[in-house]
Amino acid sequence: MSWKKILIPAMAIPIVALLAYGLTRDPNIVESPLPGRAAFEFSSQTLDGDDLSLADLNGKVVVLNFWASWCVACIDEHRVFVEAERFYADRDFQMLGVVYQDEEPNARRWMERMGGTWPSLVDPASRIAIDYGVYGVPETYFIGKDGIVAHKQIGPVSAMLMKQLVDSMLAAPLGSEPSTSASIEGSVPVGQSVGHVSSAPEQNRNADTGGS
Amino acid sequence: MRQQRRHIWMVLIGLFGVLTHAGLAKSVQGSVQEANEPASTVQAVVEDPELEAQVKELAAKLRCPTCRALSVQDSPSGMAQEMRVLIREQLKSGMTPEEVEAYYVERYGEWILLKPTAQGFNWTVWLLPILMLTGGLFFVFLTARRWVQQGQARAEATEGEESEL
Repeated sequence: MSWKKILIPAMAIPIVALLAYGLTRDPNIVESPLPGRAAFEFSSQTLDGDDLSLADLNGKVVVLNFWASWCVACIDEHRVFVEAERFYADRDFQMLGVVYQDEEPNARRWMERMGGTWPSLVDPASRIAIDYGVYGVPETYFIGKDGIVAHKQIGPVSAMLMKQLVDSMLAAPLGSEPSTSASIEGSVPVGQSVGHVSSAPEQNRNADTGGS
Repeated sequence: MRQQRRHIWMVLIGLFGVLTHAGLAKSVQGSVQEANEPASTVQAVVEDPELEAQVKELAAKLRCPTCRALSVQDSPSGMAQEMRVLIREQLKSGMTPEEVEAYYVERYGEWILLKPTAQGFNWTVWLLPILMLTGGLFFVFLTARRWVQQGQARAEATEGEESEL
């Protein structure tokens, strides 16, 4: 057998196999290491000027949404959040926004126009965003009653996903949150530079609250 | 002969063009980044050049989350700027460069590292180019040797035919 008959397939097969494997994967899907781990503690000011920390919401299912007024994809999912806030009003459920790379007046106007009464935190130095490994907006983290991140959604949240996740998280007893850690759709990153706000990146929600 | 020389000149001019373009792009990228740096960064460089060198080194290892193809050091995006500021603060607060790197890996996963660590499946990325290069060189060597042998055989055959005549 000629060396060509061995060498050429020996070099070509692994490369073709590797490329074929690459084609089966969506480059926008980047697996987050956060689901299954305790949510990082943070505190900041809301758009209304109140102080709020994640520890204040301990014992509730928290849907932490990173958004911006310049984000087109945030418009559709906002309607889902408005509906969810109304639907789960008397449950242990809390919507919480974090404004990503945006100007406060623009974010405030956007919330007024789009509706929803949940607090949105300002994050001028993007400390909360960096702490949560945010790539762009919209990105949403589903945090269980015990402070564990159950799911990270890259891209808009659909009504079906919202209902499935929140229902199962509300029904789950402490310590048994669903672990659907998939990142589904691509995000829309655009950047603008802004100032600074306090957050506690090295603290962990459970470390602070003594949760499970 | 003249045509060959013309080809060589064309290749050299092409190479010069590519290198000049790459150099120009790099300097423009640098200028854009410098123009986007906040005044506090410029002051920090003057105050502590050693710290700033560490910040640059670390930022060059991390992928910009919003641009993806650029490092945090090279990206002019707002997010990359915030990350450079945070890296500076983390180093100032006493964290080692390894701890800072681990901080980002913990949040973004290994994806944030522009150079994947040499372990597990990642070895493919490190070893495949070496294997390809070695295989390629071996292929060129064998092909060249065969051409030389064929040339010699043809020359010997021609000489034999001439001597017979």
